[in-house]
Amino acid sequence: MTDSLFGVHGAALSVRSQRMGVLASNIANASTPGYKAKDIDFRAALASADAPGGSIDGAIDAATLYRVPVQSSADGNTVELTTEQTAFAENAVAYQTTLSFLNGRIGQISRALKGE
Amino acid sequence: MGDQPLSIFQVSGRAMSAQLVRMNTTASNLANAGTVASSSSAAYRTIKPVFRTAFDAASGMATVDVEQVVTAGAEPEKRYDPGNPMADQDGNVWESAVDETRELVDMMESARTYQNNVEVMQTAKSLIVDTLKLGR
Repeated sequence: MTDSLFGVHGAALSVRSQRMGVLASNIANASTPGYKAKDIDFRAALASADAPGGSIDGAIDAATLYRVPVQSSADGNTVELTTEQTAFAENAVAYQTTLSFLNGRIGQISRALKGE
Repeated sequence: MGDQPLSIFQVSGRAMSAQLVRMNTTASNLANAGTVASSSSAAYRTIKPVFRTAFDAASGMATVDVEQVVTAGAEPEKRYDPGNPMADQDGNVWESAVDETRELVDMMESARTYQNNVEVMQTAKSLIVDTLKLGR
């Protein structure tokens, strides 16, 4: 799965954006009774996407797990806003970081092509 | 909606409209606190939205919809008040049983959740814009 030009960052970006959707779903369902929060284990998803013959979609599906709440609520909802907000912020920063890596790599390649 | 895969904007946007319905019902309940009627059936009853998760298998995301708005809470209270112009022939009026404290708590929670969804949308928007600028 690893791209020779961009390394693991392409797959990382896919997993990060998918995780953003999952965390946004959790936040959207913060007051829906019975909703079970999910999250993507980034490390596991990236490792299996990177393994020989691995695909991003399959890796993301396998690494999507239900969150275990710190304190369960009476209506069966397992969204804890502090947890979700922290995870969302962390994921957004990591996405931005991956973008910076990619931008650096693109700059490098274009400089190499121009022979600067 | 429904046949297209969900986008992150739809996830947050639909959650925001659901919270807005909740805010509207809360406003109706607070506005009708203490109103009287001449029969139990005519008296105002607290209304509440029922939230239901809308899963989308294609994108792996889930948003929320208001399934219906139901009446909930305590029955209207019967009170003997013959001087009231709304009283029936026995001199009774029925006062709506709106728990104002509960409604205010609901209002705050609804506002906070709405705000959270706005924040999610803003973050998603700026990340998407940054991705489009990749390589420039």
